[in-house]
Amino acid sequence: MESGNIIFCGVGGQGILLASEITSLALLKAGFDVKKSEVHGMAQRGGSVVAHLRYGEKVYSPLIEPGTADIELAFEMLESLRYIPYLGRESKVVVNTQRILPSSVATGTERYPEAIVEELRTRGLSVFPVDAFEMAKALGEIKAVNMVLVGALSIFLPIGEKAFVDVITERVPERFLMVNKAAFLEGREAIVRMRNS
Amino acid sequence: MKSKTDIEKRVFLSGNEAIALGAYESGVRVASAYPGTPSTEIIENISKYKGVYAEWSPNEKVAVEVALGASFAGVRAMASMKHVGLNIAADPLFTAAYTGVRGGLVIVTADDPEMHSSQNEQDNRNYAFAAKVPMLEPSDPAEAKEFVKIAFRISEDFDTPVLLRTTTRVSHVKGIVLPGKRESSKVKAGIEKIPEKFVMLPANARKRRRELGIRMERLRSFADTFPENRIEQGDKKRGFITSGVSYLYVKEVFPQASVLKLGMVYPLPEKLIKDFADAVEEVYVVEELDPFIELRVKAFGIKCKGKELIPSSGELNSNILRKAIEGGEGSRFEPVEIPQRPPNLCPGCPHRGVFYAISRLGAFVAGDIGCYTLAALKPLSAMDSCVCMGAGIGNALGMEKALGKEALGKTIAVIGDSTFIHSGITGLIDIVYNRGFTTVVILDNRTTAMTGHQPHPATGTTITGDYSAVIDIEALCRAVGVKHVHTVDPNDIEATYKLLKTEIGRPEPSVVITRHPCVLLPEMRKRKEKPLYLIIPERCTGCRSCLKLGCPAIEWVPLSEQEAKKLGFKEKQKGYARINAVLCDGCGQCVSVCKFNSIVLSGEERGKR
Repeated sequence: MESGNIIFCGVGGQGILLASEITSLALLKAGFDVKKSEVHGMAQRGGSVVAHLRYGEKVYSPLIEPGTADIELAFEMLESLRYIPYLGRESKVVVNTQRILPSSVATGTERYPEAIVEELRTRGLSVFPVDAFEMAKALGEIKAVNMVLVGALSIFLPIGEKAFVDVITERVPERFLMVNKAAFLEGREAIVRMRNS
Repeated sequence: MKSKTDIEKRVFLSGNEAIALGAYESGVRVASAYPGTPSTEIIENISKYKGVYAEWSPNEKVAVEVALGASFAGVRAMASMKHVGLNIAADPLFTAAYTGVRGGLVIVTADDPEMHSSQNEQDNRNYAFAAKVPMLEPSDPAEAKEFVKIAFRISEDFDTPVLLRTTTRVSHVKGIVLPGKRESSKVKAGIEKIPEKFVMLPANARKRRRELGIRMERLRSFADTFPENRIEQGDKKRGFITSGVSYLYVKEVFPQASVLKLGMVYPLPEKLIKDFADAVEEVYVVEELDPFIELRVKAFGIKCKGKELIPSSGELNSNILRKAIEGGEGSRFEPVEIPQRPPNLCPGCPHRGVFYAISRLGAFVAGDIGCYTLAALKPLSAMDSCVCMGAGIGNALGMEKALGKEALGKTIAVIGDSTFIHSGITGLIDIVYNRGFTTVVILDNRTTAMTGHQPHPATGTTITGDYSAVIDIEALCRAVGVKHVHTVDPNDIEATYKLLKTEIGRPEPSVVITRHPCVLLPEMRKRKEKPLYLIIPERCTGCRSCLKLGCPAIEWVPLSEQEAKKLGFKEKQKGYARINAVLCDGCGQCVSVCKFNSIVLSGEERGKR
């Protein structure tokens, strides 16, 4: 049975916990053992947020060991760099190209790093930049950023589209369902296009 | 591979949700708690089950007393709290060990190694030893649920409260759990007067103390045969004694090794440990924080390795364990130096206004526990101490008493509404009773915000959303003898500053209540029309005053000389501020901070100057 480690990272309030939840449930449906680790409380107030997801035949540790994440799903550009010690040379990085300024940058005391995608690529990582914010905006719901990213992530997992759509249908309230499904599919297509080109 | 029906029954729960399910399946009838990360979701989930009374208690001491009372009445009861909460509840705990129980009593302590959201990382296994009560420690959500059920059986079989200890990586890890059937206690609910058991007068307590000694002996022999203390026989070179989440790291790194997994960490199974140690070449004890197991294993006369290899502070993980025992570094990328992203008060947070005003007083700010502790960070830098729930008031009074009149106008205590109810009232009484002059600021945002918006006795609702009596904080402060009690909206920074300035200089006790609801409360988020502010660029002189608020919605746009000239600013102006419309919550605090009237309501930018 296949196994894998996924790091979800971004900024508090971006819907990271829901995205990791949907991914976990889809893997669970496919018969995997799954463990997910997250942190609540003070860390959530606009700070950097990370969730670890591990799946396989049997998962012991709830935390991913540095150097062993198979995929990083970064909800924000800068955050994709922060968790780089978790990645190995074979890792894939799916990164939302949205920039959310940390307070030190917003107030002009530090600069937001340039050319983050290139920075990741110089380490030999396979990087898949996705403009999830614009895609969600075009669908009329900026909160669907997380579902675009789950869609993009789903391409790399050993489970089909249907398992995800089923879970989204179960978990997302009726009135947001259409837009969330659409966002998920757009995220998938974005990766398919990137791989074909 | 599991069968299809098994897969369909499986649910994906956090450790805390699993504990709630375990409590329900154990037939718990009364559950009590005070919110605290990482324990909060336990009772929030219990409160959703039918047939269970759940409450937010004013603090953890009351929570344990309520649960103990329910046990006296013959029903199963649970109290849950974070590690530091048990310090407050230690008083009833230590004597509950003497009285024992009628209905099963389980107290959950959720420890926070690494201090993700805590002021210390105390190891509450020490409480099991100190209070002489058994303690179970699950490794993951599935075990957490089962251990709750086992804990209730032990509680009733041995007539003792039982501690269940989790850590952040059990409470906030999600994993697969298989729901079971609800069972019920054999104990009959009702009133039974047993003074020799429940009235801890010295004469009775001495008898109960002897009982307690006998009980601990029974528990020690029970530990040797308890199935959740189990040996997983592997290769004989290394043997690991471990418990809780550390067990998972051991299995991850040394899947072939022999392991003694301890489900019960107090009292320890002496015979089992000796048998295990005899069968392996080298014994390692792997545990987070204190050498709790290690010291006892050594006291049994067993040679073992422990804290000389394994760190005694912070969380463990498989990487730390691998390095500690095998040495060497795995291959990995070096961290990149990038701007930090610390947590921050939200845009529109009413605390920001108070702390901006307070920062202008130049006083020593004795602070407390809550979102508002973030005001200690730059740029507000408006908190000078934070110790534990309620400490700020006593700390400020102590400083005042140490320095005498010299301290007038130079110290101030700040505390949140929920924290004030939890343990601030007694501090305020001390100020009045001992004729102090410390000003206490109660930051009333109508909720317990940090832990995720739990109601409390001054909000008027209960954990189930039912309406309740509301504590009138003004009246309460007056009732304990404070003559000067004022309420102000902290979004009005000028009014808040003026009031604080007057009160802090008054040689008598005073209370300033700064009242504005947390912007994350559902009713605040649902507001249809929020006013929106913007900065008129032509009026901005680049003085950076507004940036001192530390509002995430206010951004600095740097300018080169050429850009400044091109955009019509003064050549030397280094940049200008702007408001990010997506983030602005419309609190308006920034308006009064700008001396150049450049911050206006959206739509009024062409109006008055």
